[in-house]
Amino acid sequence: MWDTVFPYLLSGISVGGQYALIAIGYTMVYGILRLINFAHGDVFMVAGIVMVYIAASGVPLWLSIPLVLIITALVGFLIERVAYKPLRSAPRMSVMISAIGVSYTLQNLVLYVTGGLNKQYPTIPWVSETIVLGAAKTKLVTVVTPILVIILVAALVTLINKTKIGMAMRAVSKDFETSQLMGIKINSVISATFVIGSFLAGVGSLLYFTNYSTVIQTSGAMPGLKAFVAAVFGGIGSIPGAVIGAFLIGIMENIIKGLDVILFKSGVITKPLGLATFSDAFTFALLIIILVVKPTGLFGEAATDKV
Amino acid sequence: MNKEQSKRPFIVTWVVVALIYAAVFISEQILPPSSMLFTVLKKGATYALVAVSMNLLNGFTGIFSLGQAGFMLIGAYVYGIFTIPVADRSQVYQYFDGGLVQFTVPVVTAMILSGVAAAFFAFLIGLPVLRLKSDYLAIATLGFAEIIRAIVQWNGLGPITNGSNLLRLFPNFNDFNIRNADGNVTVYLSTLVPFLISGVCIFLIVLLIRSNYGRAFKAIRDDEVAAEAMGINLAHHKQLSFCISSFFAGVGGAMLAMYQTTVQAKSFTSAMTYEILLIVVIGGVGSITGSVLSSFLFVACSEWWLRFLDEKQMIGDFEVPLLRNGFRLVVFSVIIMIVVLFFRRGIMGDRELWDMGADSKAERGTKQ
Repeated sequence: MWDTVFPYLLSGISVGGQYALIAIGYTMVYGILRLINFAHGDVFMVAGIVMVYIAASGVPLWLSIPLVLIITALVGFLIERVAYKPLRSAPRMSVMISAIGVSYTLQNLVLYVTGGLNKQYPTIPWVSETIVLGAAKTKLVTVVTPILVIILVAALVTLINKTKIGMAMRAVSKDFETSQLMGIKINSVISATFVIGSFLAGVGSLLYFTNYSTVIQTSGAMPGLKAFVAAVFGGIGSIPGAVIGAFLIGIMENIIKGLDVILFKSGVITKPLGLATFSDAFTFALLIIILVVKPTGLFGEAATDKV
Repeated sequence: MNKEQSKRPFIVTWVVVALIYAAVFISEQILPPSSMLFTVLKKGATYALVAVSMNLLNGFTGIFSLGQAGFMLIGAYVYGIFTIPVADRSQVYQYFDGGLVQFTVPVVTAMILSGVAAAFFAFLIGLPVLRLKSDYLAIATLGFAEIIRAIVQWNGLGPITNGSNLLRLFPNFNDFNIRNADGNVTVYLSTLVPFLISGVCIFLIVLLIRSNYGRAFKAIRDDEVAAEAMGINLAHHKQLSFCISSFFAGVGGAMLAMYQTTVQAKSFTSAMTYEILLIVVIGGVGSITGSVLSSFLFVACSEWWLRFLDEKQMIGDFEVPLLRNGFRLVVFSVIIMIVVLFFRRGIMGDRELWDMGADSKAERGTKQ
């Protein structure tokens, strides 16, 4: 029983960690701008495509990884400047539509550049090595992901709690207008948020695509949505919440993927039920349940509505 | 303002609509049926209905829902399931012994059923979801569409939905052409009929919006708290708007099935909803005329006019991958972004065709 479940659990933890890195971007942007950044999943995908092209151009690996992360952060920064900043005083719906427009644009741009073909993701040595863990054979990235996530989150939490820019971020997410009156440069705080979020999505893409090995213009849509669900699950605006939510969603999703096999091997069912179809649907069902039962998520603060 | 004057814009509107229908009918008899024009008109009519139904929700009631693709999927599947000729079922449902449903209903009944099924699911999903606020509601409805997509593709439902396989061989737009005994087409109606279906549905939506209910919807959009204070039952009206919008999205889904001649759940992605949302935005959030206009513009640009930007030819929907060249789409996206960022009112803002007369200017001035 354990031997059957373990591989799914392991890949769940790994995918969960990758969702976590994307979810942080969502939760930070939402915390400050109250905006679901629909383009965030596509930034994640763009990071994957950039890596493909940089590796193809013969740049050595030690240089290509930081390069990808810098370009991804830059993409996030530019998106905010071009598509969200002009709409700062517009209704929230306009900004969200703009985010959907950006997502559409990024996907089409990548479609144009790649010709709509699946691109093989370059093999990153060491993390792509196969290892055997008990009953499971997996890539080393599976083990590296959760460790890296914990390190990055610890760094991020320190940044938010101990530094000046972190304090500014907290202030802005508490009250946009008052913090502006207190002399906080809103625009640089928002830019910093996007740069951090995109940087983490870039790290996430390195890990995720090492696992899945191909990138296409729609690769970012599903992980993006799931990461958002994770952020809501954990309580939007809360970074530890997003991380825990992402791990839980990653694990549950993978258990459902393997539920047929698990139930079959333990003798509960005699023929496959095709439950794997529901692995994506489950995430969204969870989202609806969470929104109805506890809209603030696991760790979210209760929001007070101002009339 | 005397009564004669206030009626004039409506007469003008009716004349314009009648002229368009006449033009569609005549051009269909004259031009070769393979002309690109008809592809655009058929798909445009379908998208117009879906866009207007989305506008009813997003533009007139202020409920930011992203579930449109899900309701279209329900509509398309219900239509397909109930209209595939019994004789062809063993062929379509080849992996499921011909399927469970072994009867057909007339096309019109099937379309109404499509709408009713979509509205029913909208009612169920609306119970919990409509309590949510703007962006949570958006993401919940989006999630709901994904759930529907997964359920339909589940093998366990295969005898009804054909699992992840295509539904096909159901009556499509070409079956509306009138043929003589030899099977040759005598009167082409394959474009006029979608125009009629879409036209009737949009007319019903316009009537709704101009009724007391419509005014209540607009009040909710403008200020929920004030609307409630005026005695409008929020939950009831939101649910009503959601169900009606989904009804027409379901009918639109059935039309899309007819246009595509095949249905497969995996094509009803959130990208489809985004596309429709962008159509609504380009047309002007809160304008029926705008949604209709921009549907045709959007379809014409993406399928026809901007084709010269692509060297390679391509068939059908532009979500099809494996295209060598997608420059058209890049240009298209940039145009959309420009509209979203700098022309936020879209083509029509919140005006309608019947507002275009001179006498409504004063009224418009107060609205903005």
